Amino acid sequence: MSDTKEKQTSSFEMVRALGLVSVICGIIIVGIYQFTLPAADANRKLALERQVFKILPDAKNVVTYYATGKGIIAAQGHDKPPSDAVVFYAVYDSAKKLMGIAAEASSAGYADQVRVLYAYDPEKQVITGIGVISMRETPGIGDRILTDKAFLENFAALDVHLSADLQSLANAVKTVKHGTRSGLWQIDAISGATVTSKAVGRGINESAQALLPRLLPQLDKLRKAS
Amino acid sequence: MSHTELRAAPHQHSGNDVPVIMRNVVYALLPICVFSVWQYGLSAAALILVVTLACLLAERINNFVSGTASTLSDWSAVITGILLALTLPPSFPLWMGAVAGLSAIWLGKSLFGGLGQNPFNPALIGRAFVQAAFPTAISTWVPAFSLNRFAGFIPTTLTAPFMLPPDIKHWIKLQGLDAFTGATPLARWKFENVAASAMEFLTGQVTACAGETSAILILLCGLYLAVRKFLDWRIPVAVMGSVTLLSWLFHLAQPARYPSPSFMLLSGGLMLGAWFMATDMASSPITPRGIWLYGALIGILTVMIRYFGGLTEGVMYAILIANATAPLLDQFNQPRVLGAKGSKS
Amino acid sequence: MSVPSNFDEFLDGIWKQNPIFVMVLGMCPTLAVTVSAVNAISMGLATTFVLGASCLLVSLLRHAIPKQVRIASYILIIATFVTVVDYAIQAISLDLYEALGAYIKLIVANCILLGRAEAHAAKNPPLPATFNAIGMGFGFTLGLFAIGCVREILGAGKLFGISLFGEHFQPWVVMVLPPGGFFVLAGWLIVFAAFEQYKSKRIQGVPS
Repeated sequence: MSDTKEKQTSSFEMVRALGLVSVICGIIIVGIYQFTLPAADANRKLALERQVFKILPDAKNVVTYYATGKGIIAAQGHDKPPSDAVVFYAVYDSAKKLMGIAAEASSAGYADQVRVLYAYDPEKQVITGIGVISMRETPGIGDRILTDKAFLENFAALDVHLSADLQSLANAVKTVKHGTRSGLWQIDAISGATVTSKAVGRGINESAQALLPRLLPQLDKLRKAS
Repeated sequence: MSHTELRAAPHQHSGNDVPVIMRNVVYALLPICVFSVWQYGLSAAALILVVTLACLLAERINNFVSGTASTLSDWSAVITGILLALTLPPSFPLWMGAVAGLSAIWLGKSLFGGLGQNPFNPALIGRAFVQAAFPTAISTWVPAFSLNRFAGFIPTTLTAPFMLPPDIKHWIKLQGLDAFTGATPLARWKFENVAASAMEFLTGQVTACAGETSAILILLCGLYLAVRKFLDWRIPVAVMGSVTLLSWLFHLAQPARYPSPSFMLLSGGLMLGAWFMATDMASSPITPRGIWLYGALIGILTVMIRYFGGLTEGVMYAILIANATAPLLDQFNQPRVLGAKGSKS
Repeated sequence: MSVPSNFDEFLDGIWKQNPIFVMVLGMCPTLAVTVSAVNAISMGLATTFVLGASCLLVSLLRHAIPKQVRIASYILIIATFVTVVDYAIQAISLDLYEALGAYIKLIVANCILLGRAEAHAAKNPPLPATFNAIGMGFGFTLGLFAIGCVREILGAGKLFGISLFGEHFQPWVVMVLPPGGFFVLAGWLIVFAAFEQYKSKRIQGVPS
């Protein structure tokens, strides 16, 4: 370009300009982060509680925990979870008694990840309900997992008890073809929405296999924790 | 009837211009329509009528907006309407049928510049649109030869515009057919592994749209057009040939899993697609080798979608995809110009 | 030629140079987040804020930034305000944040932003630059809203989440799927083109 030849810009000027822009931008970003953090945190907590209330309506208090290979630890502030941790939520009622456990299960559906929150009853070792956190399944087909009564019935008492050695589920959770459910650990798929139904089953199986063997031996710690 | 005149080539004209060909295609489609009405009664007749009228209306509005002379008399909108209606379930609500007709003409034909400019078969564009828009209604089927089919409409037919069609389970029970499952032969094969017999197809005792229940009739009507040279016989032959060959190979390898070639040929929209839709003159190739490849591509894609896809029927998408490749097939298969050197220039 | 007033600058983006219907820019959010009117307006306003704020800053700094490093500076400034919007939406509503998804962060790649910074803000004083940017933003919002309305009405039978046709409405599933975005955008482009054609015919018809 002609005018760059006429007026040479020194390296110092360029570095200075970029430095100036960076400083201004840095201040703005840090400022807005600090400013919005409390509101964003409150929103996230609210959203989590709303999800939990959907599957455990009597819940009063929700505490986030990490289940690691060495045991379970309560989440503190904005700590990063340990690398092998499985996140779960201990749910207490108004009498501060442990009502159940909520955890997230996620698996690839037809369009995107299907993320569901499931409620686990440690006394009976069954799943007692699910709620969808997010999904982008086809309206009218895949999103019937939200509304189909027969499908949701599967999760009234889905069997996830551990095998004798406490290392894995006695029966892996599995989604089966519509109308062929033969065990309490099986999920009867919605006919016409098999891909989404399978995603739910697969997600729950993966999550339960990872979480429950770590969680169950430590249950007393959770009962006392509140 | 042929006549010559003094002008640049071509000198000889067969006398079959567009309206003549199109009118004959309509004649060939009429027996299929009659069969469909006989099977499903008033609802099927109303659907064919409404979809065709919607296509004509769209064409007329288009003429009006673009300020051109009426193109209704070339019969092409009528063909689009009838073909489209034959691919829809007989219980399809009439207002959805009208949406299908309008989108077929506007999205499938007018946007590209009218008859002869359309890269895709307009009827299939219309069907693809309503399949995406109303997936539930388009996969709701009713039994053929129900008792009161001429006494009244199927309840879903008269759904008010923009409203959900009512549940027809109760109505189906009234027809005295307890074993009715509401699944097409292809769906029954895919989900329950039950292949309908050729006899069931030939007598129309299956649940499906008209294009699926009358394979032999379609074959005869198609043959009439082929004999009169109104369609290119090589396309349906290539489609049916490749489907037969491919499904026969699969059937040989795993007879329990894959159905016989006759099932593949008679089920779904294959016959209607092969004879009346793949042969659409504007959207199919014109070079000899291109035509064979085009037909084979449709057959292969159909089998692949039916066997391995999420959908039960694949003819519609197979033809649309093959339509898209038609210009390319022509480009790669240009016959050598007389007198030109053998190698590429 | 007279210098355009601030108001003219503002109107420019809404009609004559509408980013969606005339310039056909920013198609990624246009097709992706317009499944409902609320999403469309939120996305439009978020983009408007980023546009206005970054153009103001670019215009203020236009003498301090040498030509050689201008792209890097503009992108940095735009990215800053996208981050601001990202945090702000998290603080306002998590549902909205989930609905808009990755497209908030993708505002940074919206060509309207760099285009405005480069073509207008870098050459004009802060006031007209900001007016022009906000006009563009509103034009963008208007375009998204027009598409979002049609898609929400046909795709769900609702507008702003309020049911219009009662519970027996048959949703057009295709409208909330990606192809619906293309169909509706194309429909609006036809309407705009037809209107422009009609207008130019009328102007030609008047003897000058």
